[in-house]
Amino acid sequence: MEVGVPMTEKLITIKDVHKEYKVENGDNVNALNGVTLDIDKNEFVCVVGPSGCGKTTLLNIIAGLETYDSGKVTMHGQPIVGPGPDRGVIFQQYALFPWMTVRKNIEYGLKFIRKPRNVESIDESGNKTVTTVLERYDTKEKHDLANRYIKMVNLTGFENSFPKALSGGMKQRVAIARGYALNSEVLLMDEPFGALDAQTRAQLQEDLLKTWETEKKTIFFITHDVDEAVLLATRVVIMSARPGQIKEIVDIDLPYPRTQATKLDPVFMKHKNYIWETVYKMYLEIPK
Amino acid sequence: MPAPVQDSQLKKKARKLKDFSDGTARTRYILMAISIIGGFALWFLITLIPTINTFLASPKQVWNALLSESAANGRYFKDISISLQRVLIGFGLAFVCSIPVSFLMGWYPKVRNLVEPWIQFMRTIPPIALIPLVILAMGLGESPKYTIIFVAAFLVMVVTIYQGVKEVDKTLVKAAYTFGASDKDLFFDIVIPASFPYILVGARLGMAASLTTLIAAELTGTTFGLGARIQGAQQFMDTSIVLLGIITIGIIGFVLDKILLLIEKKLTTWK
Repeated sequence: MEVGVPMTEKLITIKDVHKEYKVENGDNVNALNGVTLDIDKNEFVCVVGPSGCGKTTLLNIIAGLETYDSGKVTMHGQPIVGPGPDRGVIFQQYALFPWMTVRKNIEYGLKFIRKPRNVESIDESGNKTVTTVLERYDTKEKHDLANRYIKMVNLTGFENSFPKALSGGMKQRVAIARGYALNSEVLLMDEPFGALDAQTRAQLQEDLLKTWETEKKTIFFITHDVDEAVLLATRVVIMSARPGQIKEIVDIDLPYPRTQATKLDPVFMKHKNYIWETVYKMYLEIPK
Repeated sequence: MPAPVQDSQLKKKARKLKDFSDGTARTRYILMAISIIGGFALWFLITLIPTINTFLASPKQVWNALLSESAANGRYFKDISISLQRVLIGFGLAFVCSIPVSFLMGWYPKVRNLVEPWIQFMRTIPPIALIPLVILAMGLGESPKYTIIFVAAFLVMVVTIYQGVKEVDKTLVKAAYTFGASDKDLFFDIVIPASFPYILVGARLGMAASLTTLIAAELTGTTFGLGARIQGAQQFMDTSIVLLGIITIGIIGFVLDKILLLIEKKLTTWK
């Protein structure tokens, strides 16, 4: 590797993050105990671990939905102090607004986004200056963006449907389209396919891979499904519970594009078996 | 060799899981017709018994009462319009006031903690108990009636609507929050539309409460109104007028509820 030309660009840095909860009976639960993790730009990170390992807490902290007791979480070197459209969250329960149509659901978030535009101006002495102004999307731009991402997730024809008329898989597609339309740098996905049946889940995994391969983004993806993690991720982060810590990080050296057929690859099997055993061993150690 | 299966065994009806649905539209309408006709028939039959007829007028007597009350010199329509006016004004005021109060209670925990004990306390008091105080304060005009109906409808609606505001799906709030929505955006874009169905349910409950309180409201000294008419007829043991009044209130309630239901369907097609 040449000096000064980094292969990857660090996007999110999580350094020695601690977080404790007080639960109802007064006990403290150590949700995160010294978590350190760097996420590179356009990386697909999957987090697996037994329930209670603090994976959702970690996601919420990156999203800016939760605070932490000590440590440091930065994006582009800037501390994360709250939620923002640069980090889109996709929830397991879809979180679509039921009173908005598919199109309105996708367009709604654009309301909060300002897009940069370069404005050229020439002063009296003929000097050209370029200034960048931030402006809102107009109705037509919103419409076009929504159309583009509705098409991307194969929901053309459902623009004016209300969420209640959609299946779980379709709802999650709308949520993904919404995340993409906002052009967030990072998509934080909290067990997004957890509530779907096996076939829908397999299809959405492939669709997400295709989407990510064509339009790269940084994805931080929580799942309890080891198969899913290995199929999607460039790196799988294994977390352990009580206290929530990163136990191991496994690089998945499988080439993209990946499909469901990738699951037959011996490299896939190797990673899957290894991660599964590690997670299951931790699960058995949890006092029940 | 196993014994051949008998035809009779094949025909044996399989046990079906208990069905909790409403049934098909056809059977529903047939049963509804049977229920209404049967009810009237039963009413007609028991009023043939003289002892029952002394306190329960027959359908025929009620029909005659309707004819005489709605005749040119009768007071039926005046009673209806004045009662409707009271219900609608009391209910309307309560509706307008309950919305801001319930949103404030749902949005600000401090407001909730300050107001809720009083709402819960007042809710257990029958509005009729307030009549002496209301008469002393307001006299015998129209305002005491509006006030009694207002109190009844307001309390019901505040409790219902504020529950709705409080129980807005937190995932939706979170989602909007991650887009960068401000508190103002959250309130107008998420909380208000999300609690909209509760406002409509609250309105229906409030309307029902307004009608049930109407009789109590009209006890506060008045000559006209369905409640007053029922009170007056009681003194002359004219059970046909009493029944006519009761049935009229029931029909008004049914129609008003259906209107609100229709508005609800129209406004919440997304539900």
